[in-house]
Amino acid sequence: MDQTKSRFLSLDFLLGAGLLGLICTAVLASGWLFPNVGAIDLTARLVPPFARADHILGTDPLGRDVLARVVAGGWISLQVGVLSVAGSVMLGVIVGLVAGYYRGIWDVIVMRFADVQLALPFILLAITFIAIIGGSLTNTIILLIVSQWVQYARLVRAQVLALRDREFILAARAIGVKDRRILFSHLLPNLLGPVVVLMTLNVANNILLESSLTFLGLGVDPTIPSWGGMLADGRTYLQSAWWVSVFPGLAILLTVLGLNLLGDWLRDTLDPTGRTGR
Amino acid sequence: MNRPQHPTSPPPLLTVEDLSVAFGQNTVIENLNFAVQPGRTLAIVGESGSGKSVASMSILRLADIAGARYASGRIMFQSAAGPVDLLTQSQEHMRKLRGREIAMIFQEPMTSLNPVFPIGDQIAEVLMLHEAMPRRAALAEAERLMSLVRLPDAGALLKRYPHQLSGGMRQRVMIAMALACRPKLLIADEPTTALDVTIQAQILTILKDLQRELGMGLIFITHDMGVVAEMADDVVVMWKGRKVEEGPVETLFAAPKHPYTRALLSAVPRLGAMTGEPLPKVSPLTVFDGEAPRILGEARVQDTARYEAPLLSVRDLSVRFDIRKDWLGRATHYCPAVSDVSLDIYPGETLALVGESGSGKSTIGRTIQQLQKAAAGEVLVEGRPMSAMSLADRQRLRQEIQYIFQDPFASLDPRKTVGQSIAEPIETHGLLAGRREIRSRVGDLLERVGLSADVAGRYPHQFSGGQRQRVCIARALASKPRLIIADEALSALDVSIQAQIINLFMDLQRDEGLAYLFISHDMAVVEKMSHRVAVLYLGQIVELGSRAQVFETPGHPYTQRLLSAVPVADPTRRPERTGLAGEIPSTTRRVGDAPALNKRIEIAPGHLVAAS
Repeated sequence: MDQTKSRFLSLDFLLGAGLLGLICTAVLASGWLFPNVGAIDLTARLVPPFARADHILGTDPLGRDVLARVVAGGWISLQVGVLSVAGSVMLGVIVGLVAGYYRGIWDVIVMRFADVQLALPFILLAITFIAIIGGSLTNTIILLIVSQWVQYARLVRAQVLALRDREFILAARAIGVKDRRILFSHLLPNLLGPVVVLMTLNVANNILLESSLTFLGLGVDPTIPSWGGMLADGRTYLQSAWWVSVFPGLAILLTVLGLNLLGDWLRDTLDPTGRTGR
Repeated sequence: MNRPQHPTSPPPLLTVEDLSVAFGQNTVIENLNFAVQPGRTLAIVGESGSGKSVASMSILRLADIAGARYASGRIMFQSAAGPVDLLTQSQEHMRKLRGREIAMIFQEPMTSLNPVFPIGDQIAEVLMLHEAMPRRAALAEAERLMSLVRLPDAGALLKRYPHQLSGGMRQRVMIAMALACRPKLLIADEPTTALDVTIQAQILTILKDLQRELGMGLIFITHDMGVVAEMADDVVVMWKGRKVEEGPVETLFAAPKHPYTRALLSAVPRLGAMTGEPLPKVSPLTVFDGEAPRILGEARVQDTARYEAPLLSVRDLSVRFDIRKDWLGRATHYCPAVSDVSLDIYPGETLALVGESGSGKSTIGRTIQQLQKAAAGEVLVEGRPMSAMSLADRQRLRQEIQYIFQDPFASLDPRKTVGQSIAEPIETHGLLAGRREIRSRVGDLLERVGLSADVAGRYPHQFSGGQRQRVCIARALASKPRLIIADEALSALDVSIQAQIINLFMDLQRDEGLAYLFISHDMAVVEKMSHRVAVLYLGQIVELGSRAQVFETPGHPYTQRLLSAVPVADPTRRPERTGLAGEIPSTTRRVGDAPALNKRIEIAPGHLVAAS
């Protein structure tokens, strides 16, 4: 049983969990840390970082404090990034497992539908979708789930096709193990590796997609700060005031780094044969 | 260090002196010495991990690619340009020697041939490269080489692609390629292990004839003592990277000196060893694990079969696989994997299904286990037809009948501990409630198959092949079955491990009253274990009878052919094989063109033979 103990002592886990824990705590406490986030102070526009004690990371063109906005902006970005990926994984994994394991007409229908959806340009889908149900945080997340579950379904289905004729699945069927248990207890743990990799990539991608949607007027209310939105806003000042876009970018980078470390740890933990890194 | 040379004998073709090979910190070969004479065959024998393949890869210096370091020694080779030490040659010089003077054939001919080029071009390429032959001459020579390895209709075969040939034909193409430049030394690394016995017999005969014609030295690497007895002039036995014994083949088989050689030879099942015995027999085993050899087990007659009511009957079973379909999805071509098979399995009995690849023996097992649907016919369990059973009854059959697969590593979930895997049938069928009861039962099962109860928390990759198969047997026992279908369950194991597992199977049969459907291609193991034998050929039973009937008075020509093809682990009884040419015909058929069904006649009580 000492294996389970040492599992949490890996460097990947400590660094990843520490980083994400710090970011999440700061974001959750942002209302208490920075009560007046949106305060505009036109007398203190574009203050460089580390120049004034009340604006440690400087200010943006409207004189808003960059640190406060980075911390508060995490709220939208983390929700979009994490919830959209969680939703698409759940939907995609279940559809992929069932389609790949049972094959047949259900597989054909789902996969042709997936092909059609992959052929649709994302922006076209987004415009149509938001035009029908309107723009909000929830709808942005739903839009991202709808457009991304296909990736997971395809990935999982391909893995299931490779695994379903392996002897240990056959052995489980020969014992009389129920299909649901074969799907979730035998197939799922064996195909999670690539899914975890795709998940960590998509979290970062979705944080940026949210800003694109907001930029096009298809996302969240643009006055609410988000990392992607700040990055886009600061773009025009990149030559004169780099700090406006660099700090939200750094926040995204650290989040993704933390997620990658956790993802690596998760993959290693799930694979008993791969525990050689330490 | 060198062996004393006879004054008249020519200098050895290849001498390995004091060779040590290491990968990183791991020394895989220690102080190895041997010599190969021109025109003679040296067999290197050993089990997995003995370093026999590394030795051959070191001669060709292919081990360098895998990161081998040569800590000590010399490998002297009499090349055309005089004697050279292969270990000091540059890779560039080695490339010139490889293929031209030293050639190699590998175990798996499919992976050694390039799938996108016709085989004629692939053989010709060797000649164009090494001998600088023009293309047309090279193709003509390729045709000559292919008839040399007895490939029929060589001219037409030149344009075929590897996937269009059978395994035996591909291995012959590999031999033709290896012989293209008339090498002085041929290294064959388990060249027949992946092949059926009758095909193996053909390949061995071809290799022997060619060696005589071309006068080359041959290093034959194998784990099969029967093949050694048939092929070798001299033998080197390796164990854990060291040479433990060497000598001429007759002396080594007649009077093995090292305890490991003795244990190895005692473990080899010998065809014909059971002649005159009515029932299978358990025999004690010599086990050698580094210290003094120990004797395990007892001699006992396996009289466990109770011939009253059959436990399971198969009646007129047919299974077919659709090969090609038209645009409406209707089958146009199919493979009649199993046709019209009927057999009975009695409680406590071992019924062996023997046959070569494609004979349908696994398909029968899988149909009984409900992993495969029958096209026609019926499986009856204690007289009740399976098709008339409710879902719950069929699920209960999955408890009473268990299946053991050939490859124990592939049939265990790599993400589950072996304890979880063994507990799975118990949980699935709700046999025990409570974690503690299940855990103690898993511990009992592990001890029953000769493992310690506290390995339950380990994962499959932390075990050796033999231990993994023990885990699979424990899993099969977990649901207290009455019938175990063992599908080539011993084929992937080393002989010494195999012998131990055979005894385990037979002990379990005595203690639990188990019946086995033992699916195998290994005639010697079948002879040792089974009460009755069914011989399958192209999906049909050609002979069925008690072990003594089938092995001592085989009635069908195919059974006779199968028996004569088995290599006998006795160098004084080298069979002269004739009439072993030919291939197993293709089994794909057009719809409406059903194979002719055999009629079986009873030539003795309980002994059925197909009338041809």
